[in-house]
Amino acid sequence: MDQNPEKILVKGNEAIAMAAIDSGCLLYFGYPITPQNDIPEYLSKHLPPLGGEFIQAESEIASINLLLGASATGARAMTSSSSPGISLMQEGISYMAGSELPALIVNISRSGPGLGGISASQGDYFQATRGGGHGDYRMIVLAPSTVQEMYDLTCLAFDLSDKYRNPAMILGDALIGQMKEPLVRKKCEPMVLPPKDWALTGAQGRKPNRLKSLYLQEGELSEHNWKLHQKYEQMRKEEIRFESFLVEEAHLIVAAFGSMARVSKTAVELAREEGMKVGLFRPITLFPFPDKTLFNLSKKAKQFLTVELNTGQMVEDVRLSVDRDAEVYFYGRPPGSLPSPEEVLEEIKKYYH
Amino acid sequence: MDLVFKRPECLIDIPFHFCPGCHHGIAHRLVAEAIDYFKIREKTIGVASVGCSVFMYDYFNVDVLEAPHGRASAVASGVKRARKDRIVFTYQGDGDLAAIGIAEGIHTANRGENITIIFANNGIYGMTGGQMAPTTLLGQKTTTSPYGRDFTYDGYPIRMAEMLATLEGSAFVARVAVNNPANLMKAKKAIRKAFQVQIEEMGFSFVEVLLSCPTNWGLPALEANRRVEEEMIPYFPLGIFKERKMADYL
Amino acid sequence: MAKIEIDRERCKGCGLCTISCPKGLIRIGDEINRQGYFFVVCDDHETCTGCAICGEICPDVAIRVWR
Repeated sequence: MDQNPEKILVKGNEAIAMAAIDSGCLLYFGYPITPQNDIPEYLSKHLPPLGGEFIQAESEIASINLLLGASATGARAMTSSSSPGISLMQEGISYMAGSELPALIVNISRSGPGLGGISASQGDYFQATRGGGHGDYRMIVLAPSTVQEMYDLTCLAFDLSDKYRNPAMILGDALIGQMKEPLVRKKCEPMVLPPKDWALTGAQGRKPNRLKSLYLQEGELSEHNWKLHQKYEQMRKEEIRFESFLVEEAHLIVAAFGSMARVSKTAVELAREEGMKVGLFRPITLFPFPDKTLFNLSKKAKQFLTVELNTGQMVEDVRLSVDRDAEVYFYGRPPGSLPSPEEVLEEIKKYYH
Repeated sequence: MDLVFKRPECLIDIPFHFCPGCHHGIAHRLVAEAIDYFKIREKTIGVASVGCSVFMYDYFNVDVLEAPHGRASAVASGVKRARKDRIVFTYQGDGDLAAIGIAEGIHTANRGENITIIFANNGIYGMTGGQMAPTTLLGQKTTTSPYGRDFTYDGYPIRMAEMLATLEGSAFVARVAVNNPANLMKAKKAIRKAFQVQIEEMGFSFVEVLLSCPTNWGLPALEANRRVEEEMIPYFPLGIFKERKMADYL
Repeated sequence: MAKIEIDRERCKGCGLCTISCPKGLIRIGDEINRQGYFFVVCDDHETCTGCAICGEICPDVAIRVWR
């Protein structure tokens, strides 16, 4: 562990790449797409001298499958892409969840649907938190809000992914990916994790291991699905992470994640300066979603304003959490139009009472 | 008397699910024999594809990973990149490698990934009930080409071996058949050679095996066997299309 | 001296061995196995040379060969 960690000015994307290396991930497979190319570019330079493997694959489909293969050997491996490329990866992610393979998938979201645009958006929330691909599974989804969190949460994502034998996602966006902030590169503190005796390493002195998601015998698949479900229940109990800012005694709480939480935080501070009792609730784990914490907040705070860079996604989870006891409002900015803190403050004023 | 022919150690002793006369069983056994021959069972990792070959993990006594349809070559490349000291092979059908997986197949060969692909070409989609494959012959009737394959709609059948042989990354590319003893012995040698190329780290090895599919061709086993000789081999000639003689370190 | 042993329960009666044996010693039998296939039989072990072509061509690895 570093006694004097570096403090450097880097892009969010670069912070992810650095965290991957510091987490012992020496395998990267990806395909270029704006706005995340800093990640493969950084790793193409830094992995080979470390004895790692970098492949710029022929597509995102190839990338997720290369990742599936590498992960099956027990090695830490990752891919990164942006919204349309993440769509291509959904089948592979479903297979990885079904075969119980850990891996990190980074989505630096851009605007959609379709080719959309290259500016920041939060339009992939549903895709990320509802599994994204076919079948009954989820990904562990972490939403960084600062460059430091791009680093810290990447380290955490590798650990959680290994702990649960389940794919994990860092859900960033073009804004957090491209902006530069100071990063304290303090090296990731490793979690205590179970050994990977399921990994494919060659059947020497043991029975062959088999990694698959196909279960055709009577009852096998439903048992397997309940087993996966148990993992997600355990995540819901043990892995929820969030930030509450000035929520005590708040009348209105702004709920936002990622880059929108940055803008909203400033808006909340401005509101407080004007004497309004306003707070910010920022989910860090989008799955598992901190619904119980939100519910508890709704015992005192009766207004929740969800601010998102889309036309309404996380607001549904906020509604599910507090709708019984509080009013839920939505301020949506579809991709391509980033609000200023003053614009968010105007929205707060519209509803606050 | 000595027992001169028996099941290879690498082939698990359970009945094959394949149809009577289907050549998959022969191809599986030849791969198992090659693994036994080089004594690499304990460091071999197989990647199963989707199709009649999906149950590979039930048959080979090695670590096996399931891959999504078409992606086995990418998955196998990922395995090999993570563990260069293992021997990695895929067994893919004509849909898996020549249709949905053709991009991954080409780029795996092009990167010279040091893996072995066994391409099971029976010119039809078996598991899903007999639809047209990229290697279905002109005029051949399938459930999705009921009037016979017509090049104006469906193009010509693809010759994968010749195509992959044009890539620099390919170190050994061959097409074989198992429809008679002479061809079978050549197939055995080619599959063995493909694994040898991987062991010697010479690059990408690929063996296309022409197989019969009696059920979906709508023919009894022996007639299906004859069809390989009379109809498939004329369009898909047997032979070695690329054989690098020494390690390729450009 | 040579002989073959046919696993009657593994045999699917495809007949590939019957056309491959250089001496024509194998034929489709008259009995069915538990799967309902007419398994093959070898009538003449005396003439068998143990070439093992039958074993090699069998898709079900149903034949063992001694020489």
